[in-house]
Parts: sequence; C-alpha cells; structure tokens
Amino acid sequence: MSAKKRLNMRKRYELLTRGLAWEPTYQPKEKVFPLEQFEGIKIVNWDKWEDPFRLTTDAYWKYQAEKDKKLYAVMDSFAQNDGFMNLTDASYINALKIFIQGVSPIEYQAHRGFAHLARNLSGEGAQIACQMQSIDELRHIQTQIHTVSNYNKYFTGLHEPFHMFDRVWYLSVPKSFIEDGRTAGPFEFIVSISFAFEYLLTNLLFVPFMSGAAHNGDMSTVTFGFSAQSDESRHMTLGLGIIKFLLEQHEDNVPIVQGWIDKHFWRSYRLLSLVSAMQDYMLVESPMSWKEAWKIYFEENAGALFKDLARYGIKMPKYHEVATAEADHLSHQVYGILYAASHAAGFQTQIPTKKKMDWLSEKYPDTFDKYYRPRWELWREMEEKGERFFIGALPLDCQVCQVPMVFTDVVNGNPMEPSYQVSEYKGDKYHTCSEACQDIFEHEPEKYSQALIPPQQIYQGNCGGEAIPDVLDWYHFTDGIGGEYKGSIDETNWKKWHGESAGS
Amino acid sequence: MAINSIGDYPEKITDALDKFNGNQLLALDWDDHRGLGGAPSLVALPPGMLFSSVLSDVMPGLFAAHPDWSSIDWKTVKWVLDGQVFEPNVDASLEDNGIEHKSFIRFKTPGLDGFNGSLN
Repeated sequence: MSAKKRLNMRKRYELLTRGLAWEPTYQPKEKVFPLEQFEGIKIVNWDKWEDPFRLTTDAYWKYQAEKDKKLYAVMDSFAQNDGFMNLTDASYINALKIFIQGVSPIEYQAHRGFAHLARNLSGEGAQIACQMQSIDELRHIQTQIHTVSNYNKYFTGLHEPFHMFDRVWYLSVPKSFIEDGRTAGPFEFIVSISFAFEYLLTNLLFVPFMSGAAHNGDMSTVTFGFSAQSDESRHMTLGLGIIKFLLEQHEDNVPIVQGWIDKHFWRSYRLLSLVSAMQDYMLVESPMSWKEAWKIYFEENAGALFKDLARYGIKMPKYHEVATAEADHLSHQVYGILYAASHAAGFQTQIPTKKKMDWLSEKYPDTFDKYYRPRWELWREMEEKGERFFIGALPLDCQVCQVPMVFTDVVNGNPMEPSYQVSEYKGDKYHTCSEACQDIFEHEPEKYSQALIPPQQIYQGNCGGEAIPDVLDWYHFTDGIGGEYKGSIDETNWKKWHGESAGS
Repeated sequence: MAINSIGDYPEKITDALDKFNGNQLLALDWDDHRGLGGAPSLVALPPGMLFSSVLSDVMPGLFAAHPDWSSIDWKTVKWVLDGQVFEPNVDASLEDNGIEHKSFIRFKTPGLDGFNGSLN
C-alpha cells in the first residue's frame, strides 16, 4: 500500500473546479464577463453548480484516448476489408450524406459555442464543463470525418461538408438552427444545445443514424456512434443539471427559461424533420419508424421529465402536442420535398421500393395509404412516362426553420391543408410554416428579418447565379451528385462492383 | 418588446424589395394539389408583368406537371391574395392588381381534387 493516500474523485473535482478563479480588481467583474447579464438570468451562487460526472482532466484524456484507440482499430479493419461492400445498398449512403453534410458541421459549431461559453460564464464549474464539452465536440467532428473519409473514396456527396453547410439550401436548416443559438446569449445557447437538443431530443438523432447504420451493415459508423455515446450521455446529464441550476438560482429565471425551452424545442424538432425523412425513407432497413421513436423518446421520456420539472413551474414545451400529432405525417411530407428537389441536392432520392412502401403502410396505418401512397403513385406514373418529377421553381421556405413549407394543419384534423402563417414587420411580409415558427418570428422579428433564406439569396444573385447549374457549381456539387438514385453514379458503381448490370 | 442585446441591435431587412434587381417575390400555391412537392413555389417577377403573363408564362412551369392542370376551367378558379378573396385583372400588372413584394397567391380549382381524389 502506498503511504500517500490518493484523493478521491470528488476531492479532485473540487480542486479542479473551485478556488482557481479570482475576483478581478483592475476591472469590474461585469466587464470581464460582459455577456452574463443582458439576458436577464440571475445567478446568485455559482458554487451551487455541480457537474454530475465530476470528471477531472487526467481522467478525461485517459477515457477519450482509450475510446479513440478502439474506434480507429475498427475503422482500419473496415477499410482494409472493403467493409463498404457489405452495406445493404449504396442508397443507404444517402443517409450518411445527410449526416456528414448536416450534422457534423453542427458538432463543429457546438465545439466553438462551448469554447465561447467556457470563456464567458464566470462560474468555474461551468467553465470546466463547457471546456470539456467543447473538446468532445471537436473529437466528434474529427472521428466523423475519419469514418466518412473511407466512404468518400467510393461514393459521391461526402466531400466538402463544411463548404456545403454554408451554402446549400437544405443545409440552411441545420445552419440556421445552430447559428440561432450561437448568436444568442450564453444562457440561451446552453439551454438550446444542452437541454432542448441534447437532453430532450438527442435519441431521436442517435437511434436513426447509429441503429440505422447497424441495420445496414455500416459498422464503421456504429463504432463511431458508440464512441460518441458516452460523451452524449454526459452532455445529457449536464443539460438537465443546467436547467435545474438556472431554475434553482432565482425565480425570475423561470419564465425566461420556459421561453427558451419552448423556442428551442420547436427549432430542434423542425431540424429533426430532416432526420425523420432519412430514417423512414433513406435507410434501406429502418430499425424503427419516426413515429415509434417519437413515442418512446419524446412522449414517454419527456413526459416523465416534465413531471419532474413541474415543481419549478416549468411546463411541457409549447406546441409539443402539434409535434406529436405530426408524427404520423412528418417524414412523408419532408421526404416528398427532398425527392422533388433532389436535382439540386447533394444526395439522391428515389420512389420507395415496394418493400419499403409496405413497411410504411404497416408503420403508418392511419396516414400512409390514405395521403402519401397516392403521392408516390402519381410520381411513379410521371416517372414511367419518362418525366421523373422535380419541382419547377424554388420552394417557399419558412422564415424561421428554413424548411420548405410542406407542413400541414394536422393538429386540427386537416392533414392536406397547409399550416403556413404570415406576419408583417416594418411593412414587409414574412412567411412561416406554422404557428410555432410564427411565434418565434414575432418574438424577435429584428433577428429573423435578417435571416439568409436560400431561395431569396439565389434570386438576389448571391449564390453563383440564378440558373440551377450556376448555383450547383457554387455549392461545389459535381455532376451526378444529386437527382434520381436509379441510374446515378453511386448506383452504377455499386452494381458494377457487385457484378450486376446497371438498371437491373 | 425590443430584442435583448448587449448593445444597439443592427437593423437590416435582408429581403427588402430593393435587393431583387428590379423584381419582386411572389409565392404561389395550388390548393388540394400537394402532389407537386407539397411546398408553395417562390418566383421573382417584375412588378410590371401582366397577370396574363403569369398565367401563360410562369404558372405552367410550376404546376403543369400535374395531370389535373390541363383540366382546369379558368373561369371557375377561385383566387386568394394574401388571405383575401381576389379577382385578378389579367390585363393589369402585378402592381396594379395590388400584388406586393412577398405576396402569396393561393388558387382553388373546383371539381379538381388531386391525383385520384387524394388532394395530392
């Protein structure tokens, strides 16, 4: 036995996160932390901040290094054994394209956002937690790029995700989501990302992508998912800790936090509408439907959570019942517009196979055959006439969530009636997809009237030109990257590699 | 209530009329025909364009892919401009029809209810 007693975890955490800061004397504290006041959040005692994991830096590096070692071993063996050949189908890669183009750049922005918070929150515990999360997010984006770089050798659409994220029309959905948080104050950012997105809804992102990868032979992405998952569960615990901390600090924080929960729940949910489309339509084999995932991970889990938060005076997010009602429709509506606009996208789409259509009928017995199967039959009729359907003009996007306005008035029993809204601000009209997005617009019209909405930017001539080929060049979309899957470069290569002839 | 901010919040209207090189934006949607992708279309047109040109030169590119398009009886079409019932004067310009920048026109075609009556 060593004579020198080792410190326990709690003690080490305390030494790391308490007593390191100092009271500034050359400048007033509010000038050193200039972003901590303006949102109206009152922090009485930062010492009440407690990181539930009490992770110290040495332990953190050790865990992460071990995880990376395992991950890179799997990735190497996957690459050396041509693991990509064992995927269910090349069309599965379209789901991965949505991930690397739309999700990975959010992780990078989250890295920057948490680094910013580590500097701008004055509590030492919060600084350490934000710093570690910042490093986590950077590790995620790196491991994602390394995982996907193997596929990039064989499939289209996986190159230059950061370039695409800043420019491409459908990627303005995730971009505007994360930038909404990043341009807010530090407390709104942390409620948006740590609570609304990571705590409430992260499983709805992880299940389709990671279980989806497992069901489709993509062991590389599965391993990355496992490697990130322990970080995500730490982030989720932090998300809940933050909410409770803010609510316990001062009762004046309650209505402010409720407003942010309402807003960022809805923003996150609309962002995940892209994931719903990918989950139900792009995965060749789907582990579960969007509707099933929503029921388990939102209705059941969040229901229990908000019961627990009721003692602080916090209610379920506004419009949660709209999101629940939409669960029967969301993926069909969003994949429909992706199908119809994929000639300008960095992935390919196709009419669901017969097997997929039957699966959709089974999973959506109340809606698919009645409302959405006819839509696919119409588009199949067009395709059979040699007129594969693509939209003839740019779609109208929501001023807030920036999704093309495909959503309908499901909650009032009118699933084929659009739910769009219009607001006036300083003499101009602003179109939103729903009452929830309209509320967000009308709360801060100064902010959302400045949004860069992709169709408007194209018509202003800011995206390489007004003709689609000019815009695609500006996106760095090479020929054949988007459009119809059947006959695409990816399908043609896939068949060649498997000894089948194209079109068979 | 003014936006919460650390200082003066810059005012900027990103999609003001003067940014569109002489055009104005117009959104169009055909009721009960979700099968055209499901989202309204957005076009940029000169304010002086005649409504008849919208009918003959713009709308077919947006809607003619639908099999119901050729069956439309234009005399019975019901128009809604920015939420108000609207009788377009086809010989007048967008401007003279009261169609503003970012206006939204919905139209209904009685008797036509989408592909196999599915509102698609």
